[in-house]
Amino acid sequence: MNSIYPDLIALSPLILLAVSAVVVMLAAAFYRNPRPVIMLTLLGLILSFTSLFLPQSIASRQVTALLVLDHYALFFIGLIVVATFVVAVLCYRYFGGNESRHEALYILLLLAALGGGVLVASSHFASFLLGLELLSISLFALIAYPRFTERPLEAGIKYLILAGFSSGLLLFGMALVYAQLGTMQFAKIGTMLTAPDQALELYGLAGLALIVTGVGFKLALVPFHMWTPDVYEGAPAPITAFIATVSKGAMLALLLRYFLMAGAYQSHQITFALSLVAVTSILVGNLLALLQDNIKRILAYSSIAQLGYLLVGFLAFDPLAIEAVAYFLTAYFVTMLGAFGVVTVRSGGFNGGDNDGSGGVAERDSDRLADYAGLFWHRPWLAGVFTAMLLSLAGIPLTMGFIGKFYILAAGVEASLWIPVIALVIGSTIGLFYYLRIIAVMCAPGSQAITEPTMRPVASPSLVESVMLAALALLLIWLGVFPAQLIDVLEGTVVNLS
Amino acid sequence: MILTALIFILVAGGLLSWMADRWHPGAAKWLALATVGVELVLAIWLWLQSASAMALPAHVGWLGEIRAEWIPRFGVSFHLAMDGISLILVVLTAFLGMVSVACSWTEIQERAGFFYFNLLWTLAGAVGVFLALDLFLFFFFWELMLVPMYFMIAIWGHEKRLYASIKFFIFVEGSGLLMLVAILALVFVHYRSTGVLTFDYFELLNTAMSPSTELWIMLGFFIAFAVKTPIVPFHSWLPDAHTEAPTAGSVILAGVLLKTGAYGLLRFVVPLFPEAAGYFAPVAMALGAAGVLYGAFLAFAQTDFKRLVAYTSVSHLGFVVLGIFAWNPWSLGGAVMQMIAHGISTGALFVIAGILQERTHTRDMRRFEGLWSVMPRLAAMGLFFAIAALGLPGMGNFVGEFLILMGLYRASSVLASVAAVAFVASVVYALALVQKTFHGENTHGWQLHDLSGREMATLYSMAAITLWLGLYPQPVLDAAPNTANSPPAIVVSQHQANME
Repeated sequence: MNSIYPDLIALSPLILLAVSAVVVMLAAAFYRNPRPVIMLTLLGLILSFTSLFLPQSIASRQVTALLVLDHYALFFIGLIVVATFVVAVLCYRYFGGNESRHEALYILLLLAALGGGVLVASSHFASFLLGLELLSISLFALIAYPRFTERPLEAGIKYLILAGFSSGLLLFGMALVYAQLGTMQFAKIGTMLTAPDQALELYGLAGLALIVTGVGFKLALVPFHMWTPDVYEGAPAPITAFIATVSKGAMLALLLRYFLMAGAYQSHQITFALSLVAVTSILVGNLLALLQDNIKRILAYSSIAQLGYLLVGFLAFDPLAIEAVAYFLTAYFVTMLGAFGVVTVRSGGFNGGDNDGSGGVAERDSDRLADYAGLFWHRPWLAGVFTAMLLSLAGIPLTMGFIGKFYILAAGVEASLWIPVIALVIGSTIGLFYYLRIIAVMCAPGSQAITEPTMRPVASPSLVESVMLAALALLLIWLGVFPAQLIDVLEGTVVNLS
Repeated sequence: MILTALIFILVAGGLLSWMADRWHPGAAKWLALATVGVELVLAIWLWLQSASAMALPAHVGWLGEIRAEWIPRFGVSFHLAMDGISLILVVLTAFLGMVSVACSWTEIQERAGFFYFNLLWTLAGAVGVFLALDLFLFFFFWELMLVPMYFMIAIWGHEKRLYASIKFFIFVEGSGLLMLVAILALVFVHYRSTGVLTFDYFELLNTAMSPSTELWIMLGFFIAFAVKTPIVPFHSWLPDAHTEAPTAGSVILAGVLLKTGAYGLLRFVVPLFPEAAGYFAPVAMALGAAGVLYGAFLAFAQTDFKRLVAYTSVSHLGFVVLGIFAWNPWSLGGAVMQMIAHGISTGALFVIAGILQERTHTRDMRRFEGLWSVMPRLAAMGLFFAIAALGLPGMGNFVGEFLILMGLYRASSVLASVAAVAFVASVVYALALVQKTFHGENTHGWQLHDLSGREMATLYSMAAITLWLGLYPQPVLDAAPNTANSPPAIVVSQHQANME
C-alpha cells in the first residue's frame, strides 16, 4: 500500500479534475441551480491547480506505464486548468447566467480538461488515445451545445466527422508502429530506435506519418486545416476559445513529447515533411486570413498561422525548442483566451432558451468586423484589451507574443532552420494586415459606427468577465516586459525531457 | 540613472496626459508640453555638462552608462549608454517633441489625451533607440515606437490615412523582423565561437565570422535601417506616411524616426560588420547617391505641399547615407550635421504645411498662390526654410552637405560629383515651392490670418537653430567624430590605407 500513495499524490491534479466532474454532476442532480454548479466547477479547477504544487518535489514520476508526471506535464496541466477556469467563467453569462440550466456544460468542460491533462502526461499510445478521445468527445457536445441553432450544430457535426476520421488515422498509425517495434511506450520506442542498426522501416515510417497526420488534423496544420474556420465560426465563442487553446495546446505538447522521447525527430523524412507543413501553415493561414470579414474566422486562420510559427520552434528539437514552444504556447493561450473573451463579452450568447429555439437565442455571436466599428470610443477598455491581444498575436513588443516570437526565432536560428525562419518573417509581415485591419476598424470615428446598419444591441460584460479580461491583459503585458519569471519556471520544466 | 530618466519621463508623461484628459479636458496638452520641456532641459543640461569633455581630442566617447539584468536566460540586459551622437540626437528629439506639441495645440481637438500619449510614447521609443546598447533592448524600442506612430497616422491623419498607416507599419515591421533574425544570427555566431550568450553591443563587437556570414547578417540589419532611413528602393512608404500624418506626426517622422535608421547604420552596421560594410560600401553609396537625385527630382514634380517636403527628405537622407558609408571624420561629421539640420528645417516645413492646412484645409499648391500678401510672416518663414533646405551657406544644411561632399570626394570622386548635381535640383524644387505657394497674385482670394504668437515662437526658434548650426557648427561636430575614432577605427585605417 505504501507504494501507491506517492502515485496518487502525483496524479492528484488529474484525479481532482475527475472527482470534480462527478461532484458537479451529483450536485446538479440533487439541486439544480447554476450558481452552486459554477462555484463547484471553479473550486475543482482551483483545487486541481493547487495540487500541482504537491508533486513538484518529485522530479519525475512514472505512474504505471501510461502516465508520466514530470515538470513538463505539470506545467501544461497547469496551463490547461487555468485556461479551463477562464473559459468556465466566460461561459457563465454567455449561457444565460443565473437563469440557465446548463450544468452539463461545466461537466463537459471538466472532462475535456481532464482529457487534455491526460494527453500532456501520457507516455504510452493507450493513454494518448484515451486522453484524446476524452477531449474530443467532450468537444463534440460542447461545440453543438446550443443544439437548436443551426451553426453550432453544423460545426459540431463537422468536427465530429473530422475528429473521428483523424482518430482513425492515428490508431492505424499506432498499430503500424507497434507492428514494427512491438511496444507502445514512448521511451521504449526511443531506446529501440537509438540502437545502432535500428531505424524505422517502411511500416513504422508510415505509422509515424499517419500519427503526424492525425495530430495535424487536431492542430489544424495546413493540409488538414479545412474544418477550422467553420468550426471556429459556428461554435459558441467561449468554446471556440477552448478549442483554440486547450485542445491544440495539449496536442502539441504531446506531439513534442512523442518526438523527443520516441526519437521520431531522427527520421529526416518526417522532419522534412513537418517543416513543409510549418511553412505552408504560416503562409496559407496568413494569406487566407486576409480574405475574411468575420473576427472568428480571422482568428481561426490566425491560429493556423500561429501553430505554424510554433512548429518552427518545435523543429529545432533541443532544450531551447522545448522552452520556446512552452513560452509561445503560454503566450498563445493568454492571447487567444483574451481575444475570444472579448468576442464572448460582446456577444449576447445563448441565454436559456433551449426549447423553442427563438426566445433569447442569438443567431450568431458579435463576430463581424462591423460589430466592432468605433469600439475604441464607446468601450475604450474593451477595445484596449482586444488591441493588446491582437498586437500580441502580431508579435509587437510589450506583449507576451513578442517574447514568444523571439523565443521561436531564437530556437529556429540556433538550429539554422533558415527556410522556416524566413517563412515566419514573411508570414508575420502579411499577418500585420489583418490585425491592423481589426484595430483600424475599432479606431474608426464613432459617428460611422452609429450609422452602421448592422449595429445591434450588444451585451455588456459582467463584473467577473471584466476582471478576467483585465487580468489576462495585465498578464500579457507583465510577462511581455518581465519575461524572466516565466522563463525561470520553464527552464525547470524542460531539463528532464530529452 | 539619468539615462533611464530620459526614457521614463516620456513614458510617464504619456500615461499621465492620457489620464488627465479624462479628468480635465484640455489638460493633456499642458502636461505633454511640460513633459517634453523637462526632457529638453535635462538633455541640454547633459550636453552642457559634457560639452567641455567632448571637445578634448582624447575623449573616449561614453558620457554615461547604466546596465541592469533583464532576461538573464538570453544574456539580455537593460543597457543604456550615451555618447556624443546619442546625446545630440536626444536633444533633437526633445526639441522636436516640443515643436510637435506646439503645432498640435489647436489642430488636435478630438481625443487629445490619447494623441499626446501616442506622441510621447513615440518619442520615448526613439530616445530608447538612441540610447540602447543591448541589441535586444534596441530592437524592443525600435518596434515599440511604431505602434503609437501607427495610431497617430491612423486616427488623426488625413484622407488616405488607413492606407498610409498600414503601409508604414508593414514596411517597418517587416524589415524589423529581418533585423531580429539577423540579430539572433549574430548572437548565435558569437555564442558558438565564445560560449557566451549575450546581446550586449560591446561584447558582440569584433565577433569572428566568415565573410559570407558577415555579409548576410549585415544585410539583415542594413535592410531594416534602409527602410527607415529611407534608402531608395525601400522608400515608398515614406511619401504616403509623411503626407497623411497629422502635422506632429510628420514632424516626428521626418525629424526623429528617419534619424533612427541613419543612427542604426552609424552605430550598428558599420561597427559590428566592418569588413562587410567595407566591401558593401560602394553599393550603399551608390544607393545613397541615387536617393539624393531621385528624391530631388520627384520633389520637383509634386503638387502636394507635404508630399514635396517628404521627397526632399529622401534626398537629404541620401546625403546622410553617403556620409556614413564614406566613413571618414569629415563625412561622418557632415552626416551628423545633416541629420540635425534636416530634422530642424524639414520639421519646420511640415509645421508650415500644417499651419496652411489648418487654415485652408488643403495641401494642394495649385490652390495656393499669392499667399505672401495675405500671410507675410508665414511666407517669410517659408522662404527661409526653403532656402535652408536647398543648402544655402550660413544654414545648417549647407555645413552638413559640404562636409559630406568633402569626405565623399576622398572615397569616390564620381559619386561626389553625382551627388553635387543635387544642389542644382534642390534649388529648383525649393524655389518652385516658394513660387507656387507664396508668390504671384492671390487669385483664389484667400483671406487668412497670419501666424499666432505660438506659431511664431515655434518657427522663430527653429530658424534661430538653423542659423546657429550654420554659423557655429562646432558643438555638434565635437560630438560627432567620437564615433569615428572609437570602436570601428579599423575601417578608418582601411580607408586611409586606400587613400595612400
